[in-house]
Amino acid sequence: MWEYTEKTKDHFLNPRNVGVINEPDGIGEVGSLACGDALKLTFKLDKTQRIADAKFQTFGCASAIASSSALTEMIKGLTLEEAGKITNEDIADYLGGLPKEKMHCSVMGRDALDKAITYYRGESQKKIEGEIICECFGVTDLEIKRAVAKNGLATIDDVTNYIKAGGGCGKCHEKIQDIINQQSIGTIQIQPKMKKKALTNIQKIKLIEETLAREIQPALAKDGGDIELIDVDGDKVTVKLRGTCATCSKSQITLKNYVETKLRELVSDSLEVQEVN
Amino acid sequence: MAVIYADNNATTQIASSVLNEMLPYLKEYYGNPSSMHTFGGQVGKKIQEARAQTASLLNAAPEEILFTSCGTESDSTAIRAAIKSNPSKKHIVTTRVEHPAVKNLCEQLAKEGFRITFVPVDQNGALDLDFLYQSLTDDTAIVSIMWANNETGVIFPVEEIASVVKGKGIAFHTDAVQAVGKIPIDLKNSDIDMLSLSGHKLHAPKGIGALYIRKGTKFSPFLIGGHQEKGRRGGTENVASIIGLGAASKFSQELMTKENTDVKILRDTLEKGLLEKIEHSFVNGAKERRLPNTTSIAFEYVEGEAILLMMDQFGICASSGSACTSGSLEPSHVLRAMGVPFTAAHGTIRFSLSTYNTMEEVNFIIEKLPPIIQTLRNMSPFWKQNQ
Ligand SMILES: Cc1ncc(COP(=O)(O)O)c(C=O)c1O
Ligand code: FES
Repeated sequence: MWEYTEKTKDHFLNPRNVGVINEPDGIGEVGSLACGDALKLTFKLDKTQRIADAKFQTFGCASAIASSSALTEMIKGLTLEEAGKITNEDIADYLGGLPKEKMHCSVMGRDALDKAITYYRGESQKKIEGEIICECFGVTDLEIKRAVAKNGLATIDDVTNYIKAGGGCGKCHEKIQDIINQQSIGTIQIQPKMKKKALTNIQKIKLIEETLAREIQPALAKDGGDIELIDVDGDKVTVKLRGTCATCSKSQITLKNYVETKLRELVSDSLEVQEVN
Repeated sequence: MAVIYADNNATTQIASSVLNEMLPYLKEYYGNPSSMHTFGGQVGKKIQEARAQTASLLNAAPEEILFTSCGTESDSTAIRAAIKSNPSKKHIVTTRVEHPAVKNLCEQLAKEGFRITFVPVDQNGALDLDFLYQSLTDDTAIVSIMWANNETGVIFPVEEIASVVKGKGIAFHTDAVQAVGKIPIDLKNSDIDMLSLSGHKLHAPKGIGALYIRKGTKFSPFLIGGHQEKGRRGGTENVASIIGLGAASKFSQELMTKENTDVKILRDTLEKGLLEKIEHSFVNGAKERRLPNTTSIAFEYVEGEAILLMMDQFGICASSGSACTSGSLEPSHVLRAMGVPFTAAHGTIRFSLSTYNTMEEVNFIIEKLPPIIQTLRNMSPFWKQNQ
């Protein structure tokens, strides 16, 4: 159960200014059904260029409805310049605060207001850059590329966690995978060089763990084997082999040739791998 | 204000017969069942009685019942035991619609190096059995498939799956937390190796669960300690709650017919009434193979949390499949796995009834909900343009 203030509950149960203004001076629409919340804000100005009336329609949870209701109350009587200064924190404050997880509801109010003012001023709305890849969440190829490159995202799930793309019907998964593949062709060549530079101990251990999990474990798993990291002491990496590798007579060769080469290639040239029993 | 409790898949009211059985063991009979003296020993006897009662509900043998602290512990114990006793096997099969008790455990095991197959479901919530059977390999350590889904009530053919899985020599576990007490279960005549249940879903207290382990199944304890539960789970027994679970097993065994007649009639009346009075609404999941007490209804173009809070004004308790209740923006993984459109998934409400509900309560919900949905739809920018 969310802890809503009395004022939030009041604005949810008795929302002010629900509806759409005929021939409005400003219209701002944000969100979508897919996102789980959406707001349409309309306002009309009086002769002195102050907001005479404002109305909203909202699809969303209790705090989305309360934030929209609060916003319409707050902007009435203000000039556009004054209204433009309202922040999402102001909206939350007006309601006596919102749970942290619900702050995006007040952000939605702020965004809709921005759009409505822009509409009135006739400024062209910010054009969407790139091509929409995920229709469910309206995410473009450029946004996905940026997120993949910046955060080193390796799977579709990673992308969904970062920027929601792919989290809906799933029909964009192939395209997202294509973007990940393209990006990683570029990074595989660059990454090792960059990462080999002066690692702190923690960074080194982390990177060894990652390399084991991403590169080495899947490769060993193909032959029914597995590897566990036991210790890292300076450049000495101690590992334990499980499954078929452990009993396989070739395990020494597997270790030296494969694990060490991989770790040296991807983490640091001076690493030495040894096995415990 | 009276509470109208229609959220029994979340938890249930403790039956008064259950509480009465428990109380003496919270007051005068506080002995430790492991003690040598008669004072403690009599408590041990009572635990054996509870074990027999729970076994009887499942048509299992008392020795096959292990008491745990909750459904989640039972799930973790079962899955971890299976992979521990098959150390060379690195593959687990489960479904895309499991409760977090299994889903998040499997995601954790993926990080520990296991390969996990999440079997998909169709738009009715039915499991893709071909996919499941094709995914089984020599490397598969365990198959864990829930008996009934907590959000939609959809029942999986776990007995059929168990026999195929068993035929390949693979361990089979089912999370039956939502099924036990609601539909008849006969383990003696099945190939199920392990089954999890949780007391608070069948009118026992919270914090008590059980794991059925078929005789002869390889096992390895999750909690290591004393010799309690024959060394299969260390820790002094939660005596009163175990006795409560035994009493609740008896209680639900006696009420099993009622659950599938009276409670089902209440559920069907509620479902029919709401669908008739509220346009653009539909049931998520197959209607036939479903728990008798559960209905998951999607109300298009409105958001679930808003519906819940408005119902709360009338004392009506239910759950939503919406994300907003959890802080994320994405609707439940179960509805997403079924491909329920976003327009509907966000506005999904789960009603789950019990033997304590009445027809008056059902009629009250049917009366109060339509205006709530209408109010919210009138507020929604998508409503008019989508009619
Ligand atoms: C299907 C299912 N599995 C597991 C659990 C977890 O049970 P417990 O709360 O006793 O840990 C629940 C409870 O919500 C459930 O519905
Ligand atoms: S288009 Fe549906 S998830 Fe991306």
